[in-house]
Amino acid sequence: MPVTTTPTSRSAGTVPPVHRRRPDWNRRTPYLLILAAILLELLIHIVPMLAGIWMSFIKLNQFFIANWSKAPGAGLGNYKIAVDFSTPIGRALLHSFTVTCLYTLIVVGLSWLFGMSAAAVLQRGFRGRGGLRTLFLVPYSLPIYAGVITWSFMLQRDNGLVNHVLVSDLHLLDHPPFWLIGNNAFVSVAVVALWRSWPFAFLMIMAGMQSIPDEVYEAAATDGANVWKQLRYITLGALRPVNVVLVLMLFLWTFNDFNTPFVLFGPTPPDSADLMSIHIYDNSFVNWNFGLGAAMSVLLLLFLLVVTGAYLLIANRRSRRA
Amino acid sequence: MRTIAHTTNPGGSDMKARLIGIVVVLLAVSATAACGGGGNSSSSSSGSSASSKTLTYWASNQGTSLENDKAVLTPELAKFEKQTGVKVNLQVIGWPDLLNKILGATTSGQGPDVLNIGNTWAASLQATGAFMPFDAKALTAIGGQDKFVPTAFDTGGAPGMTPTSVPLYGLVYGLYYNKKMFADAGLQPPTTWQELVAAAVKLTDPAKKQYGMVLEGASYTESVHFAFIFGRQNGGQPFDAGGKPTFTSAGMVNGVKQYVDLLGKDKVVNPSNVQYKNGPEAPGDFAKGKAAMLMSQNNADNTLQADGMKSSEYGVVAIPAPSPLPPGGKDVASFVAGINISIFKNTKNQDAALKFVKFMTSPEEQAILDKPFTALPVVKGGTVNFTDNKAEAATFALVLATKAEPLPRIAAESAFETNVGAAVNSLLAQAATGKDVSISDIKAALQQAQDKMAAAGL
Repeated sequence: MPVTTTPTSRSAGTVPPVHRRRPDWNRRTPYLLILAAILLELLIHIVPMLAGIWMSFIKLNQFFIANWSKAPGAGLGNYKIAVDFSTPIGRALLHSFTVTCLYTLIVVGLSWLFGMSAAAVLQRGFRGRGGLRTLFLVPYSLPIYAGVITWSFMLQRDNGLVNHVLVSDLHLLDHPPFWLIGNNAFVSVAVVALWRSWPFAFLMIMAGMQSIPDEVYEAAATDGANVWKQLRYITLGALRPVNVVLVLMLFLWTFNDFNTPFVLFGPTPPDSADLMSIHIYDNSFVNWNFGLGAAMSVLLLLFLLVVTGAYLLIANRRSRRA
Repeated sequence: MRTIAHTTNPGGSDMKARLIGIVVVLLAVSATAACGGGGNSSSSSSGSSASSKTLTYWASNQGTSLENDKAVLTPELAKFEKQTGVKVNLQVIGWPDLLNKILGATTSGQGPDVLNIGNTWAASLQATGAFMPFDAKALTAIGGQDKFVPTAFDTGGAPGMTPTSVPLYGLVYGLYYNKKMFADAGLQPPTTWQELVAAAVKLTDPAKKQYGMVLEGASYTESVHFAFIFGRQNGGQPFDAGGKPTFTSAGMVNGVKQYVDLLGKDKVVNPSNVQYKNGPEAPGDFAKGKAAMLMSQNNADNTLQADGMKSSEYGVVAIPAPSPLPPGGKDVASFVAGINISIFKNTKNQDAALKFVKFMTSPEEQAILDKPFTALPVVKGGTVNFTDNKAEAATFALVLATKAEPLPRIAAESAFETNVGAAVNSLLAQAATGKDVSISDIKAALQQAQDKMAAAGL
C-alpha cells in the first residue's frame, strides 16, 4: 500500500491549490487504516505486557492474588532471587535457560535444513509433487494439541508405538526405554517440536523459490554451474531475505514454545526438558509466586529483544554490503 | 516476490523493509512477554452466572471418570432445581487441573459460585481471601455446624479462623491387597512395613508382568501424601511449630526414601508406574492382577468394581509402619483426607449458593452420594454405606478414628503439596531410569522445594 501512495503525494505538490486537501487525506490514510490494529494491539499485547512488568516489581503471592493492588512492592527483590545463581532457584533458571538455548538451536537448525531440502527437491516438477507437498504440510495444519497428545501416546513406555517398533519389531533394544522422563525427554520434545515447525520452514522457502525465474538456472547451467553451485549461488542467494525473516520467526516461536512441552509433560517437566516458558509457568502458577514468575518473564523478554536486535542489525548490515 | 527486488536496490525501500521487520519482531516479542507475565486463567470462560437463578458448580473428580461424576450428580442437581428453582451448571474437573483452575479463578475474580476443594488446601485457599467465610449466619443457613462430624469440620480452614469451606466427602488411605494372590503365595496381609516389602518381593515377577505394588508415580498429590504419611512414621514433620518448612529433617527424608525404595531398592513396582497419574491406571493394574497391592484412598472402590473386581476379592488393611517405629515416629496410616465445598466470595447468588451447600451436605444427599463416590460420611449419624464388605468398612472407620493425622492447616500447605510432590515424582522418575536414589539426592530435592517456598514468602 505505501508504495502506491508515495508517488501520488509527491506529484500532488505540483498540482493547483484547488486539490490541496487530497494530499493531506492521502497522508492520513495509512494511519487511519492501521488505527484499529494499533488499538487492538495495545489492548491485547502492550497492556498485558506492561502489567507483567509491573507484577515483576511487587510481591504477588497467594496472599494477594485475589486483590493485586494490595500486594507490597518488592523493588528488585524478584530479580535478585531469579539471578542469584548460588541458590537452587537461580541455578534452576540458568539450567532452564541453557536447555532452552540448546533446544532452540537444534529445532531451528534442523527445521530450516529439512524445509530447505524438501523445498529444493520439490522445486522441479515430477509426478506426485502435489501429493508430497500436502503430506509435508500435515503436521503444520493439525491442531497443536491433537498432534502433540498423539506423540505423547506414541512415546509411552509400555504401550507406545515407538517402543513397540524399537523393541518388539526391530529388536534394537532389549528393554523399553522411557521417552518422557529422564534424559530422553529432551530428545522427545526436540523431535516433536521439529515435526511441528519444519513444515512452516518448508512452506516459506517453497514460496520464496517460486519467484526465482527459471531462466537464471538455465543461464547458470549453460555457463557450466552444477546443481550444487546453482543451489549455493542462485537459490540460497535469492532466498536470503526469506531466510532472514524465517529463521528469526522460528527462533522466537521455538524459544517461547509452551504448548509442546506442556502437552507432553504437564506442568512439571523432567529436568532435561525444563524449557523456559514452562519453567516460568511452574514458578508463577504452580508456586503461586507471580512476582517471581513475572521477573523471569521480563528477563526473557530483554534477552529476546537483545538477540533479535543484534540479529537484525547484523543481517541488515550484511545485506547492504552485498 | 517483491522483497527480493527490494533488497537488491539500496535506499528507501530497504529502510522501509527494515522498519516493518522491526515492528513485526517487537510485536512477536511482546506477545511472548504477555504470555509469560500476564498469565491467564483457563477459567474465565465459565464466569459467574448473570441470572440469579443459575449457579456454576465446579465438582472434583470423585467417581470412576469425569463422565461418571456427571452422571451421578446430574439427577441430584435436577432434584435441587425442582426444590428451589435454582439451576446448577455443572463442570467436573480432574485432579491434575483443579488447584490451578481455582488459582486462576482467584486471580481473575472470574470463578464458579460453588466449588469443591481438596480439604488439605483449605487453609491455603482461605489465605487468598477469595472464598466466603462461613460465619455464624452462613452456618445457620446451611443447617448448623453441629450437623458435621467435628474432625471433618475442623479441616475447613486454619485453626482459630472462620472456616471458608465445609466438609463434603470423607476419605482415608488404606492398603488394598488381592486376596487370591496372597492366599496362593501363603501370605497374610502385612502388619509391619517390613512384612509389606517381603510380601511385595515374593509377589513380584517381572517376567509375568506381575508386581507386588502399584503406585501413581506421576501424581504429585499421591507423592506428597505418602511423603507425609511415611515422614510421620519416621518421626518427621513437614513444618515446625512456627510454620516454617522442615522438609529436610531426617524423618521427612527417610520417609521419602521408604516410598521411593519401593521402586528403586526393593524393585517391587513396575517402573512404568512413574507415568501413572491420578486415573484409572493404578487401580486398573490392581484389578487385573498385575499388582498385588495398592495404597489408595477409599474411593478406589468404584474404579476397582468398574474394572470387574468384586468387593469380596480384595481386602483392606491400614498401611503399616516400620517395626520397631523409628525414633519419634508414629503409627500413621493416613491423613484426614476428603473434599470440602466452598463458596466464591464474589458470587452474585450467595443465597442460592448457601442453599446449594445445605442441599449437598444434607444427610439425605450424603447418603445418596457416598455410595457412588465411595466416601466416608462427614455428617453425624451417617454410616459407611459404600461397601458391602464389612471388614473393609471397619478398617476405614478404624484408620479415620485412630491412625489418621490432619495435614498442617497453614497457608503454606498447598505449596508444600505442589513442591514436595513434584520433588518426589522426579525422584521416582530417577529411580525408574536406573539411578540409585540416595539420602543425599532426596535431601537435595527437598531442599530445593523448601527454597522455592521461601522465595514465595512462605
